[in-house]
Amino acid sequence: MSPDPNPAGAEPAPALGTDVLPGRVVLDADDIARALTRISHEILERNKGAADLLVLGLHTRGVPLARRIASRIEAVEGQPVELGTLDVTMYRDDLRNHPTRSPHRTELPASGLDGKTVVLVDDVLYSGRTIRAALDALSDLGRPSVVRLAVLVDRGHRDLPIRADHVGKNLPTARAERVGVRLEETDGVDEVRIRDAAPAHQEGPR
Amino acid sequence: MSESVLIRGASLLGAERADVYVADGAIREIGSLSRSADRTLDADGLVLLPGLVDLHTHLREPGREDAETVLTGSRAAAAGGFTAVLAMANTNPVTDTAEAAERILDLGRDAGLVDVQPVGAVTKGLAGEELAELGLMARSRARVRVFSDDGKCVHDPRVMRRALEYIRAFGGVISQHSQDPDLAGPSACCHEGELSGRLGLPGWPGIAEEVIVARDVMLARHTGSRVHVAHVSTAGSVEVLRWAKAQGIAVTAEVTPHHLLLPTDLLAGYDPTYKVNPPLRPVEDIEALRDALADGTIDAVATDHAPHARQDKEHAFVDAAFGMLGLETALSVISTVMVDSGRLDWAGVARVMSQTPARIAGLEGHGRPLEVGEPANLTLVDPSAEVVVDRDASVSLSRNNPWHGRSLLGTVHATLLRGVPTVLGAALV
Amino acid sequence: MKKHLIGIEDLTAGDIGTLFETAAQMHDVQRREVKKLPALRGRTVINLFFEDSTRTRSSFEIAGKWLSADVINISAKGSSTSKGESLRDTVLTVTAMGVDGLVVRHSASGAAEQITQWVDCPVINAGDGMHEHPTQALLDAYTLQRHLGSLEGKHVAIVGDLTHSRVFRSNLLSLAKLGARVTAVAPPTLMPAGVGQWAAEAGFATSYDLDEVLPEVDAVMMLRVQRERMSGGYFPSPREYTIGYGLTRPRLDLLRADVPILHPGPMNRGLEIAPEAADAASSLVLDQVSAGVAIRMSVLYHLLAGEPEPLKPETIKGV
Repeated sequence: MSPDPNPAGAEPAPALGTDVLPGRVVLDADDIARALTRISHEILERNKGAADLLVLGLHTRGVPLARRIASRIEAVEGQPVELGTLDVTMYRDDLRNHPTRSPHRTELPASGLDGKTVVLVDDVLYSGRTIRAALDALSDLGRPSVVRLAVLVDRGHRDLPIRADHVGKNLPTARAERVGVRLEETDGVDEVRIRDAAPAHQEGPR
Repeated sequence: MSESVLIRGASLLGAERADVYVADGAIREIGSLSRSADRTLDADGLVLLPGLVDLHTHLREPGREDAETVLTGSRAAAAGGFTAVLAMANTNPVTDTAEAAERILDLGRDAGLVDVQPVGAVTKGLAGEELAELGLMARSRARVRVFSDDGKCVHDPRVMRRALEYIRAFGGVISQHSQDPDLAGPSACCHEGELSGRLGLPGWPGIAEEVIVARDVMLARHTGSRVHVAHVSTAGSVEVLRWAKAQGIAVTAEVTPHHLLLPTDLLAGYDPTYKVNPPLRPVEDIEALRDALADGTIDAVATDHAPHARQDKEHAFVDAAFGMLGLETALSVISTVMVDSGRLDWAGVARVMSQTPARIAGLEGHGRPLEVGEPANLTLVDPSAEVVVDRDASVSLSRNNPWHGRSLLGTVHATLLRGVPTVLGAALV
Repeated sequence: MKKHLIGIEDLTAGDIGTLFETAAQMHDVQRREVKKLPALRGRTVINLFFEDSTRTRSSFEIAGKWLSADVINISAKGSSTSKGESLRDTVLTVTAMGVDGLVVRHSASGAAEQITQWVDCPVINAGDGMHEHPTQALLDAYTLQRHLGSLEGKHVAIVGDLTHSRVFRSNLLSLAKLGARVTAVAPPTLMPAGVGQWAAEAGFATSYDLDEVLPEVDAVMMLRVQRERMSGGYFPSPREYTIGYGLTRPRLDLLRADVPILHPGPMNRGLEIAPEAADAASSLVLDQVSAGVAIRMSVLYHLLAGEPEPLKPETIKGV
C-alpha cells in the first residue's frame, strides 16, 4: 500500500499559490456555504433544537466545517452550541502502513460526552474507516446518547456498513478518481475538486 | 636432512640484491649464485629479513584452548613472518614453575612452526605478592630469561625491587605491564580523556602508566637490573624512557602495532573489538610512539597478540575481555605506518622486529645478520603487496581482529624456520 | 526519526518537537477516564532491565500499556558480567520470543547501542551506564518547556555528580538542541574527564561555584549524588558536599523568583537537595514524573506504531 496521509480519500491541497490545479471544480464557495447551511438546519430539525448538542469536527478539515456548522446553528438558535475536535490517528486500522505523525488535539467541552447528541463532522465520506476509528475513539472518551454523522461530500465506495445522516453533496466517483476538499481556513479557498488520480499517486481503497 | 632452498634475487634488508642458498638449517651461500636447490623461491621485488621475533604473545594454552592453542598461535605467528615468539605467562595455570615453562616449550616444539619461548611469571599466580620460582625456571630446559606478570602490573615496589635484584643472578629481564591499578577504578576500560568523558566509559589516565615507568626506571638504576617496558602507549612514557636511556639506565621498551595506528576515537561505537589494555590512545600519543620507535627510544615492536573466544567479546563494553589479535598483521602494519611513511627503512624493521627483540629476550639463533653460517630463520616480505584484512581468513582460532577491513601495504610472502619453509606464497605450508 | 532511540544524538530538533507535540496529546490522555489508546494493539514491548530501576521501568510499562501494547518486564540483573551469559545471547534469547520493541536498561555505557546490531526491532535506551538516558532528558526538557514557554536562550544549571551521570550527558545534548545554554556545576572531581575540551566544543560552561551560578539561571537541575562516591575519594564528606553543592534553603534565596527546580530522582533529601527546595512551589519534580509517561508514550508510538520511514543516507559522524 502506498502511503496516503489523508483519511477518507480526500487529497491534501497543494501549496498555496499553485496557479493551475488539476481536475474540475464540483462545488464552489457558494455551493459549500449552501450545503453547510442546509446541514445545520437538518441537524437542528433532527435534534429538535440545540439542547445537548455537541458538534465534533474530525481533524483536519472536519474541524473548520464543524466550526462553521456550529456558528450557523448558533445564529439560528441565538445561543452557543458546544463544539469539539477529535483526532482518530491512534485508532486507525492502517497505522502500521505509514510513518507515524503526531496526533492532533482532541478537545472536548468540560462537561464531556455523556448523554450528548454528538454530531461528527468530516469533509469526505469514502471507505468509512475514519468514521469507524472515530466511533472507537468516542467510546474511550465517554458515552454519548446519540452519534450522528455529517459530511460535506459522500463519494461512495464504502468498505464498512456506515452511512451519513447529513450529506452536503452525493458525488458519484470512480475509485481511481480523487476528491480534493479545500477550505478557506486551511487552504485559502473554498472548493471541492475531482480529478483522475495521477498515475504515480496510486491509491488503494481506504 | 631438510630440503635446500634457493632464494633468488631478494633485496637483503631492503638493500642490495642477492641470491641466498639455504641448506641444513643455515645460510650456506650469498651472492650471485648459479647453483640449483630442492626448492627455488623467486624473490624478485621481495625483501629478505631475519625471522621476526615477538616479545609479547598470548597463546592461551593451557586454559583457554577455545581461544587459541600453542599450535594455532604458532600458525598465526608463522603466517605473520615470525620465527620466534615469547608466550606470556597469564595462562591457566599460570606459567610460574619450571614444569609449566617446559610444557610450553614442548608444545611449541611439537607444533614446530616457530620457536615458542615461555615467559615466566614474576609472582606466584600473578598475584603480585610472592616471587615465583624465577631461578628454577631459568635453570629449566626452557631457560626462561624474560619474566612478566603481564595483564597485571607488578605494583608493589618492594616485590618489584626484589624481583629485579634476584634475576641478576642469571641475566634475566622483567617485562612490566606498567599500569598503576590505584589510579583508575576497577572497571576502567579505555583511555581517560575527552572521549571517555562523553561516552561515559571509566578510563585510565596516561599517568597510570607513566608513574610506573618512572618508578621502574629508578628501580632499574638502583638495582642495576634490566627492565623492559611492555606495550608503551603514551607520550609521557616516551619522555621518561628518553630520559632514562640518556642516563644509561638498562631499560628497553616495546610498542604494539595497534598503539602505532589505532586511535581511541574508534571506541565511539562501543565495539569491544577495540577494547585493549593498555587502551588505544589519542593521536598525539600515537605520533610520539612513532617518533620514539624511529629514533630508538622504543626498542622493539611486540604484538600483544591476545586472542579471545567470541563470547568473551560479546558483552557490554566494560564487561568484555581486553585484547586484540596481532601476529598475522604486525609486519603489514609496521610496513604501512613506519616504512611507507619513510620513518624506518627495512634494516630498521629488521632491528625493531627481529634483532633487538631477540637480544632483549636472549634468544640465540634469532635476529642474526644475513650472513653465511647463520641460522636460516628468515622472513621474505613483499613490500608492494596490498592486503585488505579479512578476519575470517585468519589462522588464529579467534576473530577479535581490529584490522578487519583495513587496507595495509606490505605482506609476508615466505617464512623459513631453520631453513624449513613454514609459509610459502603467503600461505602456510 | 531513526529506528532506534539510543541517545539524544539520534534526534534532530525537529524530532524532539514532534515527540513533544505527541507527548502533549498523551498528557491529555492521562487525564481521561479511559487511559487507553489502541495504537500499539497486538504489539509486544519487552522491558529488558539489566539494572534495577523502579521508576523508569514502571513509567515505560504504563506508557506501553496505555498504548495497548503487551508489556513484559524481564530482569536480567546478574547476567551482565563477563562470567555470565554473553549480552548477545541474553538479547537473542529474549527477542527470539517475538518482540516488536525492546526497552533496555544496562549498567554499562554503550550496551543499548551494541544491542542494536543483534536485533531487528527498535531499541529504546532506558539508561546505559554513564552514557545516555534519552527519555529522561526528553521529559526534563518537555517539563521545562511547558513551564518556561520556550527554551531558546534560557540558561540552565545542571549540578551534581556529572562524571557518573547519564542524565547529565543526555540533558546537555537535548537542551543544546532546543537552544538553551547550560552551565555544568560540580566539584572538579565530579567533572567528566576532558570536560574542558568537551565544553569548548559543545558550547557549554562549567563552574565549581554554585553560589555564583544560581543568580544567573532560568532553571536549575539537581542530580543525585551517591553516597558511595565518597569511597572513591570524590569528596570528603556529605556535609562538605551539601555545603558546597547542595540546593540548600539559603541558596533558594539566590535564585530569581519562580526559577523552576528539577531533579530526575530519586532524591537524596538533605544531601544534594533540601526538603524546602524539593517541595518548593517552583519545584517541578512531580511534573517530571507525570511527563515521563507522556514522553515514553510518545516515543513508543513514534518508534513502534507506524511503518519505518524510508531510509535516508546516514549523516556521517565527524571524528
